[in-house]
Amino acid sequence: MNPMLQGIGIILIGLSGCIAYFYLSNLILDRVLFPARGPNAGRNINRANLWRPWLFMFPAIFALSLYLAYPVFETLRLSLMQRVAGGGYEWVGLNNYQRMMQDSKFWEAMRNNMLWLLVVPAAATGFGLLAAQLTDRIKWGGLAKSLIFMPMAISFVGAAVIWKLVYDARPIDLEQIGILNAIYLALGGAAPQTWLTIPFWNNFFLMAVLIWIQTGFAMVILSAALRGIPEETIEAAIVDGASGWQIFFKIKMPQIRSTILVVWTTITIIVLKIFDIVFAMTNGQWETQVLANYMFDKLFRANDWGVGSASAMVIMILVTPILVWNVRNARREMR
Amino acid sequence: MDNIAGRKSSLSWVVNISVFFLVVLWLLPTVGLFVSSFRTADQIASSGWWKVLFPSEQNLTLRTAGPDEQVEQDGLYVLEGQLFEPGSEAEISVWGASSRDIAAYEAGETAQLDDGETLFVGADGSYRMESPVPFEGSRGSRVFVTAETPPELTLNNYKNLLFDPNNVDGMSRAFMSTLTVTIPATVIPIVVAAFAAYALAWMDFKGRALLIACVVGLLVVPLQLALIPLLRLHLAIGIGKGYLGVWLAHTGFGLPMAIYLLRNYMVGLPRDIIENARVDGATEYQIFMRIILPLSFPALASFAIFQFLWTWNDLLVAKVFLIDATGKTTVMTAKIVELMGTRGGNWEILATAAFVSISVPLLVFFLMQKYLVRGLLAGSVK
Repeated sequence: MNPMLQGIGIILIGLSGCIAYFYLSNLILDRVLFPARGPNAGRNINRANLWRPWLFMFPAIFALSLYLAYPVFETLRLSLMQRVAGGGYEWVGLNNYQRMMQDSKFWEAMRNNMLWLLVVPAAATGFGLLAAQLTDRIKWGGLAKSLIFMPMAISFVGAAVIWKLVYDARPIDLEQIGILNAIYLALGGAAPQTWLTIPFWNNFFLMAVLIWIQTGFAMVILSAALRGIPEETIEAAIVDGASGWQIFFKIKMPQIRSTILVVWTTITIIVLKIFDIVFAMTNGQWETQVLANYMFDKLFRANDWGVGSASAMVIMILVTPILVWNVRNARREMR
Repeated sequence: MDNIAGRKSSLSWVVNISVFFLVVLWLLPTVGLFVSSFRTADQIASSGWWKVLFPSEQNLTLRTAGPDEQVEQDGLYVLEGQLFEPGSEAEISVWGASSRDIAAYEAGETAQLDDGETLFVGADGSYRMESPVPFEGSRGSRVFVTAETPPELTLNNYKNLLFDPNNVDGMSRAFMSTLTVTIPATVIPIVVAAFAAYALAWMDFKGRALLIACVVGLLVVPLQLALIPLLRLHLAIGIGKGYLGVWLAHTGFGLPMAIYLLRNYMVGLPRDIIENARVDGATEYQIFMRIILPLSFPALASFAIFQFLWTWNDLLVAKVFLIDATGKTTVMTAKIVELMGTRGGNWEILATAAFVSISVPLLVFFLMQKYLVRGLLAGSVK
């Protein structure tokens, strides 16, 4: 029981520390620094209100700048430095990037990542749209939606175990326990395949895991968008004699285009950060390396912080267009 | 009219069937693992999980009783008994006395072994071993049988993995570590974000628009960038690898989403309520605690679910900021990856471990789905 009690103790300390900050800091502001009493009550209230937003936001701003903003610059700096034997760092300019470019594993990771970026968002959005469109029309659609949405709750590692069993292969004279091989043999396949070791194609078997997870997300959002389409436009199209396909592609799709774009970008960001699935299933062997796993490999296995930082910067550069687009969208909305 | 109605019903059949197919396709992988976690190692290895409800043919290695149970009958030394555990309904088809030929004899046959020994094995697992000289050694001799065993589901995998203190592969400690990471890493960002979101939504100050833009921008910053600088920082200021570090990291990484979701929600609250409270002399702190926080419950709940799922399922942050050489703080996801390396073929261990770790998020998912969907829709402008 000891570790459990210890855990609970640590949890309580963590939580009460956090709550104490907000309570006490506001108490000090209102009672001690600018009390709303006495001759200067009015001025004090105004002053307190000048300070309060920053008091409210301080922990958030602090955490955001320390954990997200500062690392961007620090990683950039580290990517231009190199460890010197015996401790310390020296400035090496773009040397790390050069070394990374000469690494064939890096290019393999880039190539695979591009493949992921092409396939996963498209497939997940496509399946999501299909599932949304179909489940909206049937009675048990709610249940179907929950079940398709369920993988969202499963960790990438859990999903990796789940799919490893699907892809499992055993020698031909034994009974197959991986369902994919069982189906493959039943359909007339000659020998059981070790799916995860087939170069190039194994990438798709890994992608299937992420598509499986993300389809539910796409479905939920697209289904809400489909329901948001005004009935009149569809009725008008039916009156004008449009077929089911025409209604879907010419009336519905254009109206939910911005939602599709949002789903697409969200999944793109997830793909760029994808690490767990590859790490757990192949660890980048058999030509399945991706950028995030390559970076982890360089950082914590090869202990090469220069190249590790450089590859982290590559991921940052790839998300930058989305970042700019996001900020511009948000500003437009705010006006 | 008939024609149109007919077409419609056939189309709805197509829709029903395709949705059914889609659901099965999406459910099948998880069901496979779930079923496997209730089967014995022998069963998993000898037949696919989809055959769980049918009897399976297995190759088993069983033992006769030890020599200390032999009895002397008519000048022969005899060992007699049952190969299977009591209550088993397995049926032996063929068997063998050596691992080189496990299908040498049919059930009901008597085999002549070395040294004049004979061995009879019946279909139900009963055996009779006779020898002119006393049996020696400490253990019974091995019998290799091919048996048709009825389907059997067991909770033993879970018992071993969760409640056996001697099991080095046990998950109970990892479960506690995960919990210790998850709870504060869910609550702290909510508290911090709620205050910040309120300030960004309802307080007037310079630079508000810029701050909101920053939050939106930070939404997409990959956390991979944070690994090296922050690990260095944690080591430098003495937090090292531990719970405090991983809470702070999860707080930092979860904040942009939290602030964004909560601010969007709070902006939508009616202005009158807040203005009235201000006129009545409530302080901003009181307004926040007594009015905004209770009204924001749906948004808080949906973010809490997200953050919970995300921290519970996380591997990378824990691997970098938490897990040290002692292995005391290993979280479940990392433990499973470890097991995948060392126990790659032992599906009964892997499947059970994975399901222990998946079960809590799944429970949360099915209980709180309403809030989860609401949160996704609110944040989908992201």
